[in-house]
Amino acid sequence: MSRAGVRTTAPRLTVTVALVVVAAGFVMPFLVALAGAFREVPDLVANPVQLWPGEGYSWTLDGLDRLRSGGVRIDRAALNSLVVTVAVVAGRIVMAATAGYALSFTRFPGRRAVLGVLVAVLAVPPIILAIPRFLVLKELDLLNSYGGIVIPLMFDAFGILLMKQYFDQVPRELTDAARVDGAGPLRTLWSVALPTAMPGLAAVIVLAAQGTWNEFLHPLIAAPTEAALRPLPVELALLRSTFGDAQPWNAMLAGAVIATVPIALVFVAFQRFFVQGLADSGMKD
Amino acid sequence: MPAGPRRPPPTAAPRRHPLRPGRRAREGWTGILLVAPAVIGLAVFVVYPIGLMAWVSLTDWSGLTSPFSADPVGTANYEQLLLEEGLSREDFGTAVRNTLYYVLGVVPAQTALAFVLASVLNQRWLRGKVALRTAYYLPSVTSSVAMALVFIFLFQPTGFVNGLLPGGDLVWLDDPRGLLHLALGAVGVDGPPQWLAEVDLLGIGAWDWLSGPSITMTALMLLVTWSTTGTFMLVFLAGLQRIPVSVEEAAMLDGASAVQRFRYITLPLMRPVVAFVVSIGLIGTWQVFDQIWVISSGGPRRTTLTPAYLMYVELFDRSNGGLAAAIAVLLFAIIIVFTLVQRRVSARREQSW
Repeated sequence: MSRAGVRTTAPRLTVTVALVVVAAGFVMPFLVALAGAFREVPDLVANPVQLWPGEGYSWTLDGLDRLRSGGVRIDRAALNSLVVTVAVVAGRIVMAATAGYALSFTRFPGRRAVLGVLVAVLAVPPIILAIPRFLVLKELDLLNSYGGIVIPLMFDAFGILLMKQYFDQVPRELTDAARVDGAGPLRTLWSVALPTAMPGLAAVIVLAAQGTWNEFLHPLIAAPTEAALRPLPVELALLRSTFGDAQPWNAMLAGAVIATVPIALVFVAFQRFFVQGLADSGMKD
Repeated sequence: MPAGPRRPPPTAAPRRHPLRPGRRAREGWTGILLVAPAVIGLAVFVVYPIGLMAWVSLTDWSGLTSPFSADPVGTANYEQLLLEEGLSREDFGTAVRNTLYYVLGVVPAQTALAFVLASVLNQRWLRGKVALRTAYYLPSVTSSVAMALVFIFLFQPTGFVNGLLPGGDLVWLDDPRGLLHLALGAVGVDGPPQWLAEVDLLGIGAWDWLSGPSITMTALMLLVTWSTTGTFMLVFLAGLQRIPVSVEEAAMLDGASAVQRFRYITLPLMRPVVAFVVSIGLIGTWQVFDQIWVISSGGPRRTTLTPAYLMYVELFDRSNGGLAAAIAVLLFAIIIVFTLVQRRVSARREQSW
């Protein structure tokens, strides 16, 4: 036993240390950003990575101030991000629940075709849709509006198919019993099917929230000229041209922190559902 | 779903009102109504736009006017991108060249790193799994734009990365020299041999095709690998956890070493998951856009130009909407071809097992 212990302890220790070192590498940029967001620009230039206050580190809100003046409107952008994310997530919940329920629990002509279309849509690379969506939003007169940013993002084949999979696993005795008791389809969906398929819906919600909060390309294209509609990623991406050659690093790092913290908190709180959603996405193939 | 039991028993049928549809039919309508909004939305914002894009790619649409008032020009846009000598073909060729290196660098790197991390995280003896998993996945939940800003700071000439390198004075984000070109230069080769000098594909000379990703593109590849590895690690981890413990234990009882178990059990069983990750990786990497837009704008000297970014530039900066649509169609075609080839290869591997 003790020999085996010696044989396994050393490699295990090595592996653990290696994992921790890699983890530190993965997290380091976040720490640098967090510390840098509250430092003075000259300090940052002289000593780019100083994580803790000390010599060469004077604590300041200068970076944040720069994000709220001189043409940068970080508050507005954060609000836009929040509004767009909440609206898109709400839309996807409704869409994934209703369409997923219909595909799992009912039979109608064209059901197989709908499933086929959903799988095909899943295979379309989003970048391909950039130009054609610009075209359609232009035709619908939705360019430079919240509607133009929110509506196209609400339609997502992945969430619908994921919910269908979860609904497929709901025991039919449960829903049949509800129907026999006189519940209509919407009531059955709401009070029987949905609670049972809750983990699936949670995965849809967190992945939708993450994707929408971070989405850059679509709002860039949907609101090309309306500065007041920009969500955080677009506002941040424009920082370099807004600031010109000045390069106020503390402002840029503070912007990165503002965009990161909310979604990182959501991730830490609901980690289980991120893991679950990604596991389900890998299972499909 | 078993449709049989739901059907009302035959004796009940005559009691139904003749005009009221049966439960099956009513359910059919319910289904259609519930699925309709999603189908209509996807039709309007995904299916129809793709058709529209295909049509626009055959017109001279500027991007500013209504696409329906544009004049058809046949395949002129495609010819401009693929056949005719000129800036458009040079841009497109350069973009494809750059992205090839990017794809061939990032996909193997992120797949291998994710697989290794997942395999180790899956060990039962490991402590602190959740914390480690969180650390690896954190870059993947974060906005690509926010990460790009942090990277600009880390890779600036007086920044952290250069501080780490002995004598580090690389201008990471503004150096067009190709890595392979530099490597060959180090051994005294700094130009193509005669027979290569004449070769030309899509308006790009052979030496340019072969000179490797630029320093700037390499920095971008590091950034992207760092920020996508976590996602694929979670996919691998889910796959590993579906391998029954009994299989591993049986192999252990038979005296298989850890390496043997990995080689003969884990790897074969994980093959489909690897294929999935590679195919998603291929599809994702060909679309690279955000980081280019924020960090390099296709520069320096076009060495980080990618089809996705070129498409954006043609539409919004140069008002060549038709050309931009043609680039999108070609990019779609490239992604489909890569995915099909990859499927073929992994299917063949599967058979040989």
